[in-house]
Amino acid sequence: MTRLATDRLVPRNVHPGAWWLWAIGLATVASRTRNPLLLLLVLAVAGYVVSARRSHAPWARAFIVFLKLGLIVIAIRTLAQVLLGTPLPGTVLVTLPEVPLPDWMAGVRLGGEITAPSVMAALTEGLRLATVLACIGAANALANPKRLLASLPAALYEIGVAVVVALSFAPSLLTSVHRIRGARRLRGRPDRGVRGMVSVAMPVLEDALERSLSLAAAMDSRGYGRRANLTAATRRATAVLTLGGLIGICLGTYGLLDGTGPPALGLPVLLVGVAAAGVGLAFAGRRTVRSRYRPDPWRLPEWVTTLSGVAAAAASIATGILMPGDLAPQLLPLTELPLPLLATVGLLLALLPAWVTPPPPDGMAAAPLSSPRATRTDVANSEPPADTTTSPSQERADRDAATPSTAATGPPVPRESRR
Amino acid sequence: MINFDQVTISYPEAAGPALADVDLHVPEGELCLVVGRTGSGKSTLLRAVNGLVPHFTGGTLHGRVTVAGRDTADHPPRELADVVGMVGQDPASGFVTDVVEDELAYTMESLGLPPDTMRRRVEETLDLLGLADLRHRALSTLSGGQRQRVALGSVLTAHPSVLVLDEPTSALDPPAAEEVLAALQRLVHDLGITVLLAEHRLERVVQYADRMVHVPGDAAPLQDGSPQTLLATTPVAPPVVELGRLAGWDPLPLSIRDARRQAGDLRVRLAELPPNGTPHRTPGEQLAVTCELAVTYGPVVALKGVDLDLREGEVIALMGRNGAGKSTLLRALTGLNRPDAGAARVVGSDPATLRPKELVRKVGFVPQEPADLLYADTVAAECAAADRDADAPEGSCRALLERLVPGSDPAAHPRDLSEGQRLGLVLAIVLTARPPVLLLDEPTRGLDYPAKRRLVTILRELAADGHGIILATHDVELAAAAASRTVVVADGEIVVDGPTSEVVVGSPAFAPQVAKILAPQRWLTVEQVADALAVTP
Repeated sequence: MTRLATDRLVPRNVHPGAWWLWAIGLATVASRTRNPLLLLLVLAVAGYVVSARRSHAPWARAFIVFLKLGLIVIAIRTLAQVLLGTPLPGTVLVTLPEVPLPDWMAGVRLGGEITAPSVMAALTEGLRLATVLACIGAANALANPKRLLASLPAALYEIGVAVVVALSFAPSLLTSVHRIRGARRLRGRPDRGVRGMVSVAMPVLEDALERSLSLAAAMDSRGYGRRANLTAATRRATAVLTLGGLIGICLGTYGLLDGTGPPALGLPVLLVGVAAAGVGLAFAGRRTVRSRYRPDPWRLPEWVTTLSGVAAAAASIATGILMPGDLAPQLLPLTELPLPLLATVGLLLALLPAWVTPPPPDGMAAAPLSSPRATRTDVANSEPPADTTTSPSQERADRDAATPSTAATGPPVPRESRR
Repeated sequence: MINFDQVTISYPEAAGPALADVDLHVPEGELCLVVGRTGSGKSTLLRAVNGLVPHFTGGTLHGRVTVAGRDTADHPPRELADVVGMVGQDPASGFVTDVVEDELAYTMESLGLPPDTMRRRVEETLDLLGLADLRHRALSTLSGGQRQRVALGSVLTAHPSVLVLDEPTSALDPPAAEEVLAALQRLVHDLGITVLLAEHRLERVVQYADRMVHVPGDAAPLQDGSPQTLLATTPVAPPVVELGRLAGWDPLPLSIRDARRQAGDLRVRLAELPPNGTPHRTPGEQLAVTCELAVTYGPVVALKGVDLDLREGEVIALMGRNGAGKSTLLRALTGLNRPDAGAARVVGSDPATLRPKELVRKVGFVPQEPADLLYADTVAAECAAADRDADAPEGSCRALLERLVPGSDPAAHPRDLSEGQRLGLVLAIVLTARPPVLLLDEPTRGLDYPAKRRLVTILRELAADGHGIILATHDVELAAAAASRTVVVADGEIVVDGPTSEVVVGSPAFAPQVAKILAPQRWLTVEQVADALAVTP
């Protein structure tokens, strides 16, 4: 197999960073347009890629969750507009009884006429938010959030671990709520209703705290937080560079996404910010002694994925400059909605990852490894041993590697793999 | 390798020190077994080895603890991570990542080892512990035994020279436990790792130990010596040793093999005696029944076509490997899991539809995490609440607790109790309602031998009173001593169902030690043998 074919066909995890950049590209398109056709296209593209490339792991269900969240957002946005907002002039759909409000609430209206344009505008606004949410959901479903955190620069490692602990806190909290509610039932106390929930809260929190403490103890015992010594000056320079860089990134992103600010606030500030933060992080990285086990590689599929996201975003930005009316069109009548060619082509490019990226390894599945496909995955994942020359220092690190007798014992057949 | 010099550890608000004037020196390459009653300070001793006590838990440590020449006073646990590998009682609570392979690499990443070293050690460890097929599995989908092996592997990859294990086999089925212990022994023999191991199930580990430390509790001095000499007198002893004491064997046997070689005379003496089984009353009315029961978790079938009935006065031991569906069956009988097909009935009604207040009078359930049933701030308040919940006369829960775990402090917080004391408390709470059906999931986890004996007595009395009891357990000794019937579950189906004396004697995995020693005769417990010998001197 050629290198290219290997990259595309052999199942492996695509670098989580690539998926996130791709998703951010799509989210940029969504946040810059109020054209429902383009928004629906973004949703379709994200949905297609997710269904083609997600694994069976628990986090792969995130997309559906975010879609549901999006529906709720649309509903709330529309209801708020219909009940509270000032109506846009146009065809009146329904007239609700208007509730008279005191003078100091001027500008707020409760009830009254509901017009087609205002409903349509609210729906589109909601759809835009929902689409941005769906893009985040797509990134979550395609990339294990913990793996993304693991690929953070060494300096951000500790923040990353804090986030990891928080991430595992939420699902374990749900499990303990479930378990402890069951236990209440076993003590003969109500397990439903408000009182049941409130009395469960205390034991659940205790349980979660205890769990966090034992996790912290385990992490400490396993060497978390070891660090090398650095001078005070380096530490200060690091802090200034990192903080300044992060502020730059925030300002630049805002300028880029908003589209109404001065052009100088967009890309240039973002780039300067990224550079400063990068140098800062590189400095700070020297503080930790950590190394990475099997980092996800960044190869051609990752480049294509990232660039396709960037292309979609760039096409929509270009459309905004060339034909601003197409991104924020007159919403009614629906038959006259424009579909800008450039932005559409850009979005279709973002479909590429569905074909050019390798499929995810099936081993992440919760189900037992029994399908022939899974066997292929295992073969694919055990890369040939690295033929690097071993340095003397490595030799020393390896001096206590397992003796031949342990290696020769071979794998005992695990009895529990088929449950 | 591990040195304790005049170490005294005390916690604030505790009456006396947890450990006093401990002198312990474990040389390199030794497997040292720490035994003692529940709550005697074994865990404190183990956690002092890598500095978790006092760096993490608080409290004061007087004296000096050194490991491989490093003093824990100025080396926090993270600075000892390359020397000491520590596996706690609940391995799942220490997992940092979410995939097996990443978990194995985590310690090495923290230590900053070069990538190809990590790669090779992960492969070696996967093979050593039989985890190769699980390498890409999410940790949350593993069974108890698999988790324990991953936890062990995750510290082994750093190639520590000391391994500290707190009850490594307590949650495992007998074959899985043997697998873990075999792996441990290989580490000790081939790699010269020093192991400090606390375990209640002495019958599983004592034969592997070079050295034994008995922590008597109440800050009394440690007893330290070879397993043979110590076990002659300690209150905690496995059945093989008790049988040896009874028969007056010298040297005291520690393994089945040693005991069988000395058991010739005893077998001859016992051959003429009828192995009178533990007196069990004849089963009465049907209390609980399942009919074609099937339960699934998503795509995983946990139970299928299970027919089981429980009658008055029966004690059923539910055995089978980790993840076979034992807990699911118990949970279905309490209505915590709804059946996907078939039905479960307890005293004539469907447990899933019962109101909690009615449920508790029909079925009592001690879950695997006994602490789930505890809410109050003190043991006394918990007992009072149990009396109220069950409409039992005041003090009945306290009386039960006193019998199960004597001398527990009524003012203590339930979460500060040791694992064994906590289980005793929960047992007492559940038994307070005296439900006709009693279900216990792994009741002997963390219990020492005396507590286990008291549990067996209580279970027998309850059975004699007409209660029906199901124990899901890996503890073959408990099943042999308490159960009248044994049901073996595999892959969600019932494989064997019959009288305990027949089922366990026939199976090498589930036979208790006494049965193995005295085979082909059918003796199950030391107590039986003692009774028989007492009748005819």
